[in-house]
Amino acid sequence: MQDSEAEARHHNLDREKFLDRLALMHRIRAFEEEAIAAQKDGLVLGAIHPSIGQEAVAAGVCANLETNDLLLSTHRGHGHTLAKCADPLAMMRELFGRAGGTCGGKGGSMHIADFGVGMLGANGVVGANIPIAAGAAHAQKLQGSRQITVCIFGDGAINRGPFLEGLNWARVFDLPVLFVCEDNGFSATTRTRDMTAGAGAAARAASLGLEVDEVDGNDVIAVDAAARVAIDAIRAGQGPRFLTCHTYRMTGHTAVDPASYRPAAEVEEWRGNCPIARLEVALRLAGESDARLAAIHTQEITEMARIAVTARDTGWPDAAGAFSDVQDIGDPRERAF
Amino acid sequence: MAVITYLEAGRRAVIEEMQRDPSVWALGEDLGRGGVFGQYKGLQEMFGADRIADTPISEACIMGASVGAAMTGTRPIVEMRFSDFALCAVDELVNQAAKARFMFGGQMRVPLVVREPVGMWRSSAAQHSQSLESWYTHIPGLVVVAPATPADNLGLLKSAIRSDDPVVYMEHKNLWPLEGEVPEQEHLVPLGKADVAHEGGDLTIVTWSGMRQACLRVAEQMASKGIGVEVIDLRTLWPWDRDAVFASVEKTGRLLVVHEAVAVSGFGAEIAASVAEALHHRLKAPVRRLGAPRIPIAYAPPMEEQARVSDDSIAAAVGGMMEPAKAM
Repeated sequence: MQDSEAEARHHNLDREKFLDRLALMHRIRAFEEEAIAAQKDGLVLGAIHPSIGQEAVAAGVCANLETNDLLLSTHRGHGHTLAKCADPLAMMRELFGRAGGTCGGKGGSMHIADFGVGMLGANGVVGANIPIAAGAAHAQKLQGSRQITVCIFGDGAINRGPFLEGLNWARVFDLPVLFVCEDNGFSATTRTRDMTAGAGAAARAASLGLEVDEVDGNDVIAVDAAARVAIDAIRAGQGPRFLTCHTYRMTGHTAVDPASYRPAAEVEEWRGNCPIARLEVALRLAGESDARLAAIHTQEITEMARIAVTARDTGWPDAAGAFSDVQDIGDPRERAF
Repeated sequence: MAVITYLEAGRRAVIEEMQRDPSVWALGEDLGRGGVFGQYKGLQEMFGADRIADTPISEACIMGASVGAAMTGTRPIVEMRFSDFALCAVDELVNQAAKARFMFGGQMRVPLVVREPVGMWRSSAAQHSQSLESWYTHIPGLVVVAPATPADNLGLLKSAIRSDDPVVYMEHKNLWPLEGEVPEQEHLVPLGKADVAHEGGDLTIVTWSGMRQACLRVAEQMASKGIGVEVIDLRTLWPWDRDAVFASVEKTGRLLVVHEAVAVSGFGAEIAASVAEALHHRLKAPVRRLGAPRIPIAYAPPMEEQARVSDDSIAAAVGGMMEPAKAM
């Protein structure tokens, strides 16, 4: 794109909306940077899978949803969850295993859910959220609801059977669901293209009759536009859609994976393609001042630092919680001791 | 009272609960044509294709979609066709349905019933004959039910549909044509309560599902020899009715567990161990278990028969357990 074209495009940018998206992307990154630092300090107890570099997908898709719309996410779900307006303090407490966590400390990073904002769960099993999302959308259809379901998964999920079963199901029953393939190029620590036959996610979805779109997943303006088109169509009753967002994971598979399996030059190239920096460029072109952009950044990192301290200063949950929420009948302590 | 079959009792339970609660629906392969055994015959005409939903042959998605639909305000009846096919949906049941309520901190429930026809049924061979109930009892979060009579199939399936816990509901294929009396008015059987199917004072048999009839035949046979056999049909395997079993063994001092499943790591082991731990001082004979040998189930009748617990083997076990007492 020529600079003049870019300027023309950004002249019409909805600045207030994208300032909000910028704040959200900063919030997501600040959350994960705090979490990575806290893991080094022994405060985050289990594995975390950062989405640093992928924030435009969360911000571009989830911020277009209504509170009562439903979202299913993955093990790499902090960004999606924050974008669905879950409370970052409750999430940080969950990562720290503290009282007042999103799931009361029972789930941790990979099982964060906040049903109050329509976030039906991250998932520790790749691709497992796809049939669950189909079912949530199926219930929406049975209930005559105007709400929709969004299911985000990585490119690794397209090689699991539930991907085929869930997409086919959504098409057969004509369900109000948007499938988003957040394609960061890696299936855990292996390149997805080395493990995938055929033309990949979008082609597979198209072969099942879903409307398909593909966007630059590091361009939040593009992701937002594509997501809005898809969400509006789904809400209008036009059935399931599929959106591939091409992006890149700046960390390893987990926060402690050094990701030595990829060349430094590749990582550097993607660092130059940072979705937050790109949105800042667009906002500057649209007339926003450096000072305002810097203030948004400062506010988000300051707030997240405060949240991390508060989470650290929160006590452990009551150990008796290990025996609650198991099931209504039967004694979970039976035969334990 | 009316006399209906075990199959018809299950069908009546579905009809009554779907009429009672509009959030109940059923999904699975071939349901519109009545299901593979006719358990859903006529129901699509009665309730429409949305609530009696035909699905693709996609067990993982049938189960997984049911988890999503159960989390969001509906109560799915999840038909797996054969329990063997439910193994294609183990992640969805074990990692998702059973754990969601707990790992999400009690924010929601997963009120679904998985109907899994189990058991040996005339030359159905290794992939259509299994009894894997003990696997499910091992999973925190799941309720496991295995009815053996028409009245229990009616009353337990209704209770299972009303349960907010995910329920694995195992109907025995060989029992579909079994006739029995069922109340004409509303009939609910509570989950977790055993049925003392035959009273006796000398030996307790704990059984369930397809073995109930054989155990009752043996109990009658033993009664004529002056041996009082108490037959307890557990009906629900998790949570199992420890009170009923312990009370009976306190009385008889002898426990024999009989199930169709492979004996090794069968649920009989849990009952035997629990009784041995709690009631060792009351036992007049070692606890015994009867189940299938650890072989896949064969097709040809002479080989298939090797996997079956027979009346004779139950009678022999009872006789053997009574002998030392007589010798004393």
